[in-house]
Amino acid sequence: MTLEATLPDPLAEGAPPRGRSGGAAWALWLARRLGLAVLTLWLVSVVVFLATAALGDPVRAILGRDYETNVARREQLEAQLGVGDSIVSRYLDWLGGLVTGDFGTSLANQLPVWEQISSTVANTLVLVLLSALVMIPLAFGIAMISAHFRRRRPDTVIQTILLALAGVPEFVTGILLVALLSTSVFHVFPAVTISTLDGHPWDEPKGMVLPVATLVLAVTPYVSRIVRATLLEVLDSDYVELARLKGIPEAVVMRKHALLNAIVPGIQVIALQLAWLAGGVVLVETLFAYPGVGKQLVDSVRNHDVPMVQALSMIIAGVYIVVNLVADVLSILLTPRARTAISS
Amino acid sequence: MATTTPDAGQGHEVRATTGLIIEDLGVSLTGREVDVVDDIDLVLKPGEVVGLVGESGSGKTTVGTSLLNYSRAGAFISSGKVLLEDRDVLKMHWKEVRKLRGEEIAYVPQDPASALNPSIRIGKQLVELQQLRGIGTSESRLQAARDGLAEVGLPTDDEFLKRYAHQLSGGQVQRVALAMAFLPKPKVLVLDEPTTGLDVTTQKMVLDTMAELCRAYGVSALYVTHDLAVVANIADRVAVMYAGQIAELGPRDTIFANPAHPYTRALLDSIPHLSQARALKGIPGRTPSPGRRPDGCRFNDRCAFVVDRCRQEVPELRTVAPEHEARCHRVGEIGTWDINLGTVPDADPEKPRDVILSVERLDVFYGRKHVVHDVSFNLAKGEVVALVGESGSGKTTISRSVGGLHKDWTGDITFEGRRLANSARRRSADDRRRMQYIFQNPYLSLNPRLSIEQIIKRPMELFGLAKGKEATERVVELMGQVALGSQMLHYPASRLSGGERQRVAIARALAAEPDVMICDEITSALDVSVQGSIVELLEGLRLERGISMLFVTHNLALVRSIAARVEILQAGRVVEAGSVVTVMDTPQQDYTRKLLSNSPRID
Amino acid sequence: MSTETSGISGTSGTPAAPSGPAPAGFLRRALRQKRFAFGFTVTVLVVLFAVVAPFFAPYGEKETAGPPYAKDGVFGTDYLGQDVLSRVMHGGQSVLAISVLATLLGMVVGVLIGVVAAYAGGWWDEVIMRLNDVLLAFPQILLALVVLTALENPASWVIILLIGASHAPRVARVSRGVALGIVSRDFVVAAEALGEKRSRIILAEVLPNMTGPLLAEAGLRLTYSIGVVAALGFLGFAADPGAANWGQMMNENRLGLQTQPWAVMAPVLVIAIFTIATNLMADGLAQISQRGDD
Repeated sequence: MTLEATLPDPLAEGAPPRGRSGGAAWALWLARRLGLAVLTLWLVSVVVFLATAALGDPVRAILGRDYETNVARREQLEAQLGVGDSIVSRYLDWLGGLVTGDFGTSLANQLPVWEQISSTVANTLVLVLLSALVMIPLAFGIAMISAHFRRRRPDTVIQTILLALAGVPEFVTGILLVALLSTSVFHVFPAVTISTLDGHPWDEPKGMVLPVATLVLAVTPYVSRIVRATLLEVLDSDYVELARLKGIPEAVVMRKHALLNAIVPGIQVIALQLAWLAGGVVLVETLFAYPGVGKQLVDSVRNHDVPMVQALSMIIAGVYIVVNLVADVLSILLTPRARTAISS
Repeated sequence: MATTTPDAGQGHEVRATTGLIIEDLGVSLTGREVDVVDDIDLVLKPGEVVGLVGESGSGKTTVGTSLLNYSRAGAFISSGKVLLEDRDVLKMHWKEVRKLRGEEIAYVPQDPASALNPSIRIGKQLVELQQLRGIGTSESRLQAARDGLAEVGLPTDDEFLKRYAHQLSGGQVQRVALAMAFLPKPKVLVLDEPTTGLDVTTQKMVLDTMAELCRAYGVSALYVTHDLAVVANIADRVAVMYAGQIAELGPRDTIFANPAHPYTRALLDSIPHLSQARALKGIPGRTPSPGRRPDGCRFNDRCAFVVDRCRQEVPELRTVAPEHEARCHRVGEIGTWDINLGTVPDADPEKPRDVILSVERLDVFYGRKHVVHDVSFNLAKGEVVALVGESGSGKTTISRSVGGLHKDWTGDITFEGRRLANSARRRSADDRRRMQYIFQNPYLSLNPRLSIEQIIKRPMELFGLAKGKEATERVVELMGQVALGSQMLHYPASRLSGGERQRVAIARALAAEPDVMICDEITSALDVSVQGSIVELLEGLRLERGISMLFVTHNLALVRSIAARVEILQAGRVVEAGSVVTVMDTPQQDYTRKLLSNSPRID
Repeated sequence: MSTETSGISGTSGTPAAPSGPAPAGFLRRALRQKRFAFGFTVTVLVVLFAVVAPFFAPYGEKETAGPPYAKDGVFGTDYLGQDVLSRVMHGGQSVLAISVLATLLGMVVGVLIGVVAAYAGGWWDEVIMRLNDVLLAFPQILLALVVLTALENPASWVIILLIGASHAPRVARVSRGVALGIVSRDFVVAAEALGEKRSRIILAEVLPNMTGPLLAEAGLRLTYSIGVVAALGFLGFAADPGAANWGQMMNENRLGLQTQPWAVMAPVLVIAIFTIATNLMADGLAQISQRGDD
């Protein structure tokens, strides 16, 4: 079929094309990837703008019953949102601001958006990174134990538990943890994060435990199940069979032949889950009153604070795109086949 | 550790080994009382190559890996002994087994591309075992790897050692696997269909290398394959397996000249020869899978010589002549067999031709890649023209362009004087109906969700040939013609064997009442005995219905038995064309001669 | 690798045909699998409860049964003094209806996009999947929240639409992957060569071979739908703020977790049981469709 044509003549078993211009090929490839990421980000901005500014009437939503009576406030809001202008020019204004780092002014308290966001972004990053640090070794460990007992009792039990956890929404897990560990059964950890205006939520480490635990419980099952499946697939492969028939000790087979080839899908799923965490924090932060982007987003949506929501959703979507880009590049660097395909 | 130098082809001392003895080996499925193979007795003498031949489902690979005390998931070795120098491999502690593997008994895998680790450089993979066992220094190991590569005729420079498996061609990968197996100087070698999927030229190179190394090191080898022709070229002795048992065992020449078992004879009857056209015959029915094997002789339901005794008593291996054994009750009663019985005259090169389809100045592209260059040929009514070439020759590409499945081509394809549009969709319904395409892999070409009836009926409905009850009647009729029972009418395609599926595909093509059939490697995914019966069927259709066929294949021997004319292709160009007799008996081009001389032959 | 096998005679290994199982036998075989059977049974029980329970509830949906956070009745009362048990019994219908409809919407749109992209191939595929990537950059709940910013009180159909829209790109990606493995098979090419209509090829040749994986995906999507519907209620975005709704009940009574835990725990447990069951069911389906006729 189509592939037949791309094969070199098998009789000419010369060296495969080895690009002397490997560096240039890499640069070109990377530039293409970056370009695609920027394109995606731009389209995301279109979606965000249309969803917030064009689908409904934020001024009516903010004012509710006062819309008819409070004309002054209405006109002031409409002026701030530029309701009179055409949608295209409003979008271009907003995009221009984004590019130059001006996120606009909050409708709720008339403060610059960036000023309010910067600290919450840092808080969320800490929460996500802490969760990832706990999650990655945990998920890989469970996957390896499970793969070791493949299709026997311990494996089945682990898989069923993971599967059950994977289905439960993260905030439901969170509430169960709160009931268990802070209010109803034990009283070990605080149910909400308390932070002063100038301080950070991690000043009180105990308050971080439940949010981190909830996120870890939400993400670990996915990662672990996929890593296990990949490991099993690799362990069933012909090259692992040959390694065994060659007399390579099982531990070396596992470490050198199997894990090496299972790591790329692992990276992919971790990236996907890190990106998911960016959205998962919305509910978990709200539940634990953690001062991060998620809670801020929910509050802003409640207040119909359009500029805030626009900025926050751009940040969350941006994180997704960047994490995926990094994962793609890493996967390619770790897969010889893909790597050599680019440099030649 | 004796180091070897690349030029030391005959410099090795032939070690005195006792070979390998297999006694009463049996492998069963876990959890069920079902034997995959049983009652296997076989001796590999030192320095001897034994061919273990069988069709799919015969259990040949299972026997092969058992020699290393290994069985795939779902099966276990249930009985028997594998004796290497009086030590029973099957009774060893797993630590000893691990030490034995690779060092004393080595394994060469079937699919080389998937058997080398994709993320470890081949230089590292070659020395991995030595490194783990702490044999030699890193320099001596590297030198050994280079010597090993030189022995199999591969480059030995650093650049080559640094490559990954995907950067090598199929033949190179397989030779790396051979070098890897020979590196620790094993006493016994198990080769599991190591040349499946390779072109004849590459196959020849790998086989020669293997034979050379076995001789040089005095290694006993078990060569597992489905391919009798390969075995005829390399084995000293041959064991024919059927349904989990050895049916016949003997020296190579005896097996090919005086086969005693009806199965061996039927198998040989189904194989085409390079030197002469033959009327190929298949074996009716299909190989029974473990658990469904009949009582008595396992071949009794497909055997032409069956008597009541065969259905009741299980036959033992009986000695026919010294060194020659067969598992048949009627050995000696069923007469002699002559390989020339199936011979028929070659197609007559002088026969007048009435051209129905002609291809002129065909150039085919895949994107910017120009894969077929200026190809012209034609096809007459009731004639079979073969397109022959190795992989990458463009033979399938040409047939797909003719069939309208690939549309990026220029030139003229004319059908009864009308120029055909590039893609099937843009051709008239009648042109589409009159030219039917049959695919290589019957596992992919039938929709598993439809019943046989629905599949065969569809072209009739689509082209308005018949519908309703009338169509069903025609389906039954067509199924009769391709030798399928009408009880299969409502079976889903997934219940059929490969050969049965290919018959359904042929019946689907016939349902459109075509004038031309394009057969794209339609027998290459099938066992030889099934191939024989498909070829038999096609020949009948050609004679009865006068259908013309464009027959794409890589198998030159098959061409001799089926086609009247042949186009030899290389890298997208026709290098030689003409009547089959002329081209194959008096080839004019070096490439054709090379293909003919590299093809393994049994005649 | 070339698709040609170049042995001199047939290759012995029969290529595994990942044939989808026939639909009728599918459910029967599925029920024999423990994981699916359990998930399926519990799912049916919860659905029955949600549909039938309102008729047997001791109190009305918005009826006051006693003082707030009291211990009266099975689960006590909530922050307004409404009976928790009755609220749980009333609160399933809307969650269920919205989840099922959103799942259906997401599946239909997503499968259509994915299959068309896979079948069309080339440039079309590239463009469709790039646009799909844009929507994938929004975590599911975020897409809903962004739109809700400009709306006052979202109607139920808006929520269905939003959740369905957030499923569609994910379903599209999965079904494109499944379809790619099918459109390249020769029986589709054979239908092309016969000149079958493109719509018929998609409906009669491609889609029937995808039912297994698609059923599994639908089960997974249902699980997520329930999660998102409950989450929106939990965040306080619901069509009728006074109506009983499992997600909303957690939000309303969260402050009373210490004094009257059942007001929160009752809906939490129902949702947990429901999602665990649907997820087990989905995974069971996935396993069966992967294993084929095993």
